[in-house]
Amino acid sequence: MQFYLLLLSGLLLGWSLGAKKFNNIFGTAINNRLISFKNAALISGLFVVLGALLQGTGTSKTISELSFIDAPGGAFTIALSSAIVIKLLTKHLQFISITLAIVGGIIGWCYYTSNALNYSTLFKVLCVWVFSPILGAIIAAGFYFMLRKYMRQSKLHLIKMEAIIRISLLIVGVFAAYSFGANNIGNVIGVFMNSMSFTFMIGSLTIQSTAILLFLGGIAIALGIATYGKRVIQKPDSIISSLTPETALVVVLSQAVVMFIFSSSVFSNSFANIGLTAFPLAPVSSSQVVIGSMIGIGVIKGIHEIKLKTVGNILSGWIITPLFSGITTFISLFFVQHVFAIPVTNKKLTPISDQIHPSIKLEIPNETNLFLILLLSIAMVSVFIYFVVSHLKNKKTESENNRRLQEKIQFSEFQKALTDIEVNTVQLENTTLAARLDEKRNELVTYSLNIGEQRQYLDTIYKSIQEALDTPEIERKNAILKNELIELKQKMSFSSEVDKIYQQAEQVHNDFMERLNNQFPDLSTQEKRLMVLLRIGLSSKEIAPLLNISMKSVEISRYRLRKKLNLDNKINLVEFTKTM
Amino acid sequence: MLFSKANDSIELIDKFLNCVDQSLLLFKEGVKNYLYNNTEVFNNDISQLANAEIESDNLRREIEKALFIQSLMPQMRGDIMRLLEEMDNLIDQSKKSLFQFEVETPHIPSELIPDFIRLTQISVSAAESVIPAAKSYFTEPTTVNEKIHRVYFYEKEADLLADIVRRKIFREMPDLKLSEKFHLRYFTLHIEDISDTAEKVADLLSIMAIKRIV
Repeated sequence: MQFYLLLLSGLLLGWSLGAKKFNNIFGTAINNRLISFKNAALISGLFVVLGALLQGTGTSKTISELSFIDAPGGAFTIALSSAIVIKLLTKHLQFISITLAIVGGIIGWCYYTSNALNYSTLFKVLCVWVFSPILGAIIAAGFYFMLRKYMRQSKLHLIKMEAIIRISLLIVGVFAAYSFGANNIGNVIGVFMNSMSFTFMIGSLTIQSTAILLFLGGIAIALGIATYGKRVIQKPDSIISSLTPETALVVVLSQAVVMFIFSSSVFSNSFANIGLTAFPLAPVSSSQVVIGSMIGIGVIKGIHEIKLKTVGNILSGWIITPLFSGITTFISLFFVQHVFAIPVTNKKLTPISDQIHPSIKLEIPNETNLFLILLLSIAMVSVFIYFVVSHLKNKKTESENNRRLQEKIQFSEFQKALTDIEVNTVQLENTTLAARLDEKRNELVTYSLNIGEQRQYLDTIYKSIQEALDTPEIERKNAILKNELIELKQKMSFSSEVDKIYQQAEQVHNDFMERLNNQFPDLSTQEKRLMVLLRIGLSSKEIAPLLNISMKSVEISRYRLRKKLNLDNKINLVEFTKTM
Repeated sequence: MLFSKANDSIELIDKFLNCVDQSLLLFKEGVKNYLYNNTEVFNNDISQLANAEIESDNLRREIEKALFIQSLMPQMRGDIMRLLEEMDNLIDQSKKSLFQFEVETPHIPSELIPDFIRLTQISVSAAESVIPAAKSYFTEPTTVNEKIHRVYFYEKEADLLADIVRRKIFREMPDLKLSEKFHLRYFTLHIEDISDTAEKVADLLSIMAIKRIV
């Protein structure tokens, strides 16, 4: 059980590897919708496991040969420290190699446990790691040259060419997944190979621990692809996703070939068979091979500009990653051994100087030791200060951005409120104007009707007077004239017209009438009408004929109204009705 | 089966280009028939041109649908759609110009008939030269620039001839009313515009070919 728990850190590393590097295999194909993510993840997972099982032994053995890590606790710590360092450095460095992190971790373990580091294997790993992007560039340049020549000379229709490239991209993706599994599995389980050695029996079938480790490592990578690969592909700043299908085809193919070369024992042995040195089998950073391939393609295209910043980024990754990983592993080993009581080596810990064979033992003077330690300390402190400063800077920028965002939000809210007020104002204006328009319309209709009525009435008077003139009898004549006089007198009271004026006034000043009824319910109808007429702005002289009373009576009514309203002598009655 | 969808898309593009070619021929014949008072044939040309225009629009939409649904050529499909739109403009312009003849029935004096026929031929030649250039963009982009030289040549000739015709109308034909002169001037412009549109298509093809080669 403990074995599986300790293996978890390696599997975590495998998961992380699968998630990060899947983009280099099927990124372009997925972004160009040549294949769905689900199918790509399925195919990649299958071929990664196949590659790990069939061809992963070579690179895993190389990593295990760097130093004899004899305790699962040690392997666990190396893998876990490497995973943590990669996670932390990803934010600051674009190009990080998991291989370098593992190598740094192993070196850290060697220094902690005083175990020997195999320098020749280390040299092989470093050579592969430096040479792989160069090889990627050469292979990519060759492939691109051939592809371009074929595309120009074949005279195939653009759409058909596109279809061929799409299918080729899928096939090459499968090959790349296989090569990736074969090559990078060493990073995942290489450190565990020496410490976990057992056989598994299923009936008469014997399965070695190596096969189980390769299988589990492959599964971990496949799971990383399936669970997190999609998020990495969708990142806008990924390099490979922005390539054209033709360029992506060449880059993925060259990446697959390089990884295949550095993991194929058949290929390596064939070199030995013809008398050359066997090709070393070691894990390769796929991102660096991709960069190398793109440089190779750029040379063929005639692009002469190489971003020094990118080169600087790569070089700093080469130095910082193993350094950090080594230091982190060294510190972690202490905690794992002394705090969690998990043995990190089966050997009794002795100083490293006693471990070294006398023939290669170096006599390093104390002053040099002191100088090296001082240099290391300064380097560590400077790196630490750099990270702290950049973290603080980022934090400051983030808070500044947040503040600006808040201000923007506030400003837009103010604008919205202002717009709402404007809209309300306009709506209110429109309502008022509509009401006034209606009022004017009604007035017009009233006037028209009035004119009609007046005409009718005058016509009636005319007929009556004519009748009176035509009648010879004096009595009949006087009777007709008397009737007309009575009618005229009645008409002069304008009672219906006055009622209409009140109705209209009350309609227009509806809200005033409501407030009047609420605040002064004791007022009589006549008093309310007087207030309405005052609010309209009529003077006592104009009010008198409307109420059919004398001007003096209007004054007395106004005086009585003031008393009823309990108005002070200083307050003007007309102003009061207008402002009420 | 692997390339069936690709073959279908290729067929649609070829059909579209053939439609453009046919429309230009119909326009050329239509103008000739109008000038020689072959009314029945002229009307037939108009209806055929209208049908060709509808068909070209349908084909263009089918091509657009195929390119987007199958996610073909994501980097180039924007350019290709623009090319097809510009070429569709050739058909639209031919149709509109021929319809103007039918609607406005310009009175073209007999002395001007050969000039108008010549102008139509040259303007249509400019547009016709675009079609092989467009076809070669899809198969041999390196030869596009050779083919579009003819377009520029015919376009310049069309401009020159159009100016000559207009000068003739305004200076050498005193019997024509001013309104008739203006009317004829617009018809020379209608015909000349086809070669101008062809020039735009040629410019676009030139840039697209460079992008493909690089």
